[in-house]
Amino acid sequence: MALLEVKDLKVRVEEREILHGLTLTVNEGEIHAIMGPNGSGKSTLSHVIAGKPGYEVTDGQILFKGEDLLEMAPEERAAKGVFLAFQYPVEIPGVTTMNFLRTALNAQRKARGESELMVPDFLKKVREVSKSLNIPQDMLKRGVNVGFSGGEKKRNEVLQMALFEPSLCILDEMDSGLDIDALRIAADGVNALHSPKRAMVVITHYQRLLNYIVPDIVHVMSKGRVVKSGGKELAQELEESGYAQFEDAA
Amino acid sequence: MPAVQETVDRVKRIDVDQYRYGFETLIESDKAPKGLSEETVKFISEKKNEPAWMLQWRLEAYRRWLTMTEPTWARVDYPKIDFQDLYYYSAPKPKKTITSLDEIDPEILKTYEKLGIPLREVAMLEGVEPKPGEEDPNRRKIAVDAVFDSVSVATTFKAELKKAGVIFMPISEAIREHPELVQKYLGSVVPTSDNFYATLNSAVFSDGSFVYVPPGVRCPMELSTYFRINERNTGQFERTLIIADKGSYVSYLEGCTAPQRDENQLHAAVVELVAHDDAEIKYSTVQNWYPGNSEGKGGIYNFVTKRGDCRGDRSKISWTQVETGSAITWKYPSCILRGDNSSGEFYSIAISNGYQQVDSGTKMIHLGKNTSSRIISKGIAAGKSQNTYRGLVTAHRKATGARNFTACDSLLIGDKCGAHTVPYIEAKNSSATFEHEATTSKISEDVLFYCIQRGLSQEEAVGLVVNGFVKDVLQQLPMEFAVEAQKLISISLEGSVG
Ligand SMILES: Nc1ncnc2c1ncn2[C@@H]1O[C@H](COP(=O)(O)OP(=O)(O)O)[C@@H](O)[C@H]1O
Ligand SMILES: [Mg+2]
Repeated sequence: MALLEVKDLKVRVEEREILHGLTLTVNEGEIHAIMGPNGSGKSTLSHVIAGKPGYEVTDGQILFKGEDLLEMAPEERAAKGVFLAFQYPVEIPGVTTMNFLRTALNAQRKARGESELMVPDFLKKVREVSKSLNIPQDMLKRGVNVGFSGGEKKRNEVLQMALFEPSLCILDEMDSGLDIDALRIAADGVNALHSPKRAMVVITHYQRLLNYIVPDIVHVMSKGRVVKSGGKELAQELEESGYAQFEDAA
Repeated sequence: MPAVQETVDRVKRIDVDQYRYGFETLIESDKAPKGLSEETVKFISEKKNEPAWMLQWRLEAYRRWLTMTEPTWARVDYPKIDFQDLYYYSAPKPKKTITSLDEIDPEILKTYEKLGIPLREVAMLEGVEPKPGEEDPNRRKIAVDAVFDSVSVATTFKAELKKAGVIFMPISEAIREHPELVQKYLGSVVPTSDNFYATLNSAVFSDGSFVYVPPGVRCPMELSTYFRINERNTGQFERTLIIADKGSYVSYLEGCTAPQRDENQLHAAVVELVAHDDAEIKYSTVQNWYPGNSEGKGGIYNFVTKRGDCRGDRSKISWTQVETGSAITWKYPSCILRGDNSSGEFYSIAISNGYQQVDSGTKMIHLGKNTSSRIISKGIAAGKSQNTYRGLVTAHRKATGARNFTACDSLLIGDKCGAHTVPYIEAKNSSATFEHEATTSKISEDVLFYCIQRGLSQEEAVGLVVNGFVKDVLQQLPMEFAVEAQKLISISLEGSVG
C-alpha cells in the first residue's frame, strides 16, 4: 500500500479552482521532489494535505496509509504522521520553543493513546537532536521563532521533524532565504532523518536544493496539475531549459 | 469555508455556560428587607454590632449617595439598575459566633471545597507544624479569609499571623477590635464621596478583609480572600483595607466566584491600600465572577474602586489582576504616588468572551519627587465582547523626575469583538518622562494552523498563544496562582475559535 495517494484532486480557494485534478503517489522510503513555477499550486497541495482551513476540495481524494485523510482533523493528521515544514514558520511570542515542543509532542502522543514522555527523556532527546542541527540551547529558551534568523527558523522545523518522527514529511521551499551554509546544515538534518519507513516530499522552485537532498522521483507541476514525472535527471533538465516548455502541456 | 467564517460560526456556538463555579449552595440565610433606606443602613450596622461612629460614617455616605448619579463615561452598556430591588445584606444562618471551622455550616465548607479553596485542610495544617527544615517548599502556607455573601465565614492561620504581629481579620471584627486603626485609615484613600459605587459601598458594606502589618515585619505568608456571592438578588459590597506600616511587606490575593443565575447581580467593592515609608504591598486578583450565558443573560455587574496610597517615601504598591469573569467590569486599580521615590505598578490581563464588557485600566497619580510607575496591560477579546483599556497617568507640578512606562497590547479573537485603548496623559512638570506603547493584533490563523499542524487542537492552540501573549503579566503572580490563572485563561477562552 502506498503511504500517500492523491487522486484526481480538485481544490478551490474563494470560488477559484487552483488544483485541477492532481494525482500523486508516494511510497514509504521514497524522496519526491515537486517542482514548478510560482503560482502552480505547490503550497496549496501541501496545505490541503495538512488540512489548513480555507480550501475547498471539490473532487478527488487523499489516502494516507489507506485512510481517508480529508475526513481527519488537521491535528489528527499530525498525530498520524503528517508533517509540514512551512516555507515561512510563524513566530509565537511568549511561548518558549522548549515548551512548544513538549506541548506538541505530548498532544500527538495523547492522540495516539501513548503516555506523556517523561521530562528527562524529553530533554535528552531535544539536546541530542538540537546538537546535531547546530541549534544552541539558548535558542530553545526563546519564544518560538522569535528573533530567529532564516536559517534558525528552518533548523527549528527540522528539529521538530526529528522529534515528532512523522512518516510523511512535506518540506515547502526549505531553501528559500537560506545561504549555502545554512542550506547545507538544514539539508544534512533532513537527510539524517531519511529512513525506509519515512517518505519526504520536497517542494522547491529551484534545482539547487536537490543537490543536497537527492530525490528518487521528480514531478513537474504547472497550473494545478502534475504535468511530468521522472527521475532526478528531470530536475537537471528543468534547470537548463526552464518551465516554459510545460506551460502548454498544462 | 474561509477560516474567518468558521471562526465566527464557532463563536456563535460559544458555551460560556461551561462556567465551572455556577452551582448554588442551599442554605438558610438572614437577610435585610429588600431595598435601600436609612433603615437598611441601620439594620446592617446593628447586625454587625458596630460602634456609633461607624453608623454615622455610613449614614453620611448614604445621604451623599442620594445626591449622586451613576457614571456613564465607561464603554459599557446595561439596563438601569433598580437599587430598591436588591437585598443589601445576607448572612448564612445560624448566626452564632463561630470559633472554629467545625461550627461552620457544612454546606458552606463544601462550597469552598468545590471551589478548590481548602479551608479545612489549611486549618488542619495549623495543628501539625512541620519541624524547621522539614517544611515542604511546594506547600507554601496561605492564610484564607472566606467571605460568603455578606459575611466572612472563616479566617485561617490567625494565631500564627498574630505571633508575627500581623492583623488579618474580617473588617467587621476589626471595627470592633481595632477601632483606632480602622477610624484612622478607612476612607482615607477612597473617601466616602469618591464616586457613585464607592459611596454606595461606604453606606452598606457588610464585610471584607482587614490587614495591618506592623513596622519592619515581612508578612510570613500569602494572605488571601475568596469572595463568593450565593444569594439571589443580593448585592455584594465588600470592603478591604490593607495597611503596611514602615518597612513592612505583604502579598495579598483575592479570588471571586458566583453561581450561575439568569438575573444580573451587583458587586460594588472598595479596596484601600496604604503603604508607609519603605513598605511594599503586592495585591493580586483572580476575578472569575459568573460572566453570563452564551446569549448574554445573567452575570455579575462588577463596579469596583481599588486604590493604593504610596503615602511614605520609597513605598511601593503593585496591582496584578487576571480578569476573566463578570458580565460588566468597571475597574481601575490605581496608585497615588505621594511619597518621594515611591513606585506603582499595574499588571493586567483582561479577557472577555461571549457578551462580556470590560472597561478597565489604572490611574497613576504622581505627586512626589522621582516617583515611577509601570503599566503592562494585556486585553484579549473574543466572541461578541468589548474590551477597553482606560488609563490615566498624571504628574503634579511638584513631581519632578516622574517616570511612567505604559504598554497596552490587545489581542482580538474573531471579528465580532472589539478592543479599545483610551489613554489619558497629563504632565504638569516638564521633567516628567512618560512613555506609551500600544498594539492591537488579531490572533493569526497562520499561527493557529502552525500549532495545529504540530498536533494541538484548535482550543489548545488558542490557549497556548494567549498564554504566551500574557506571559509578562502571569510572571507577576505568586507561583501557585500563576498556574491557576493559566488554566483559567484557557477555560475562559474555550469555544472562542473555530
Ligand atoms: N488563500 C488564497 N486566496 C486566494 N488565492 C490563493 C490563495 N492561496 C493561493 N492562491 C492562489 O493559488 C495559486 C497557487 O498558489 P500556491 O499554491 O501558493 O503556488 P506555489 O506554492 O506553487 O507558488 C496562485 O495563483 C495563488 O494566487
Ligand atoms: Mg509556495
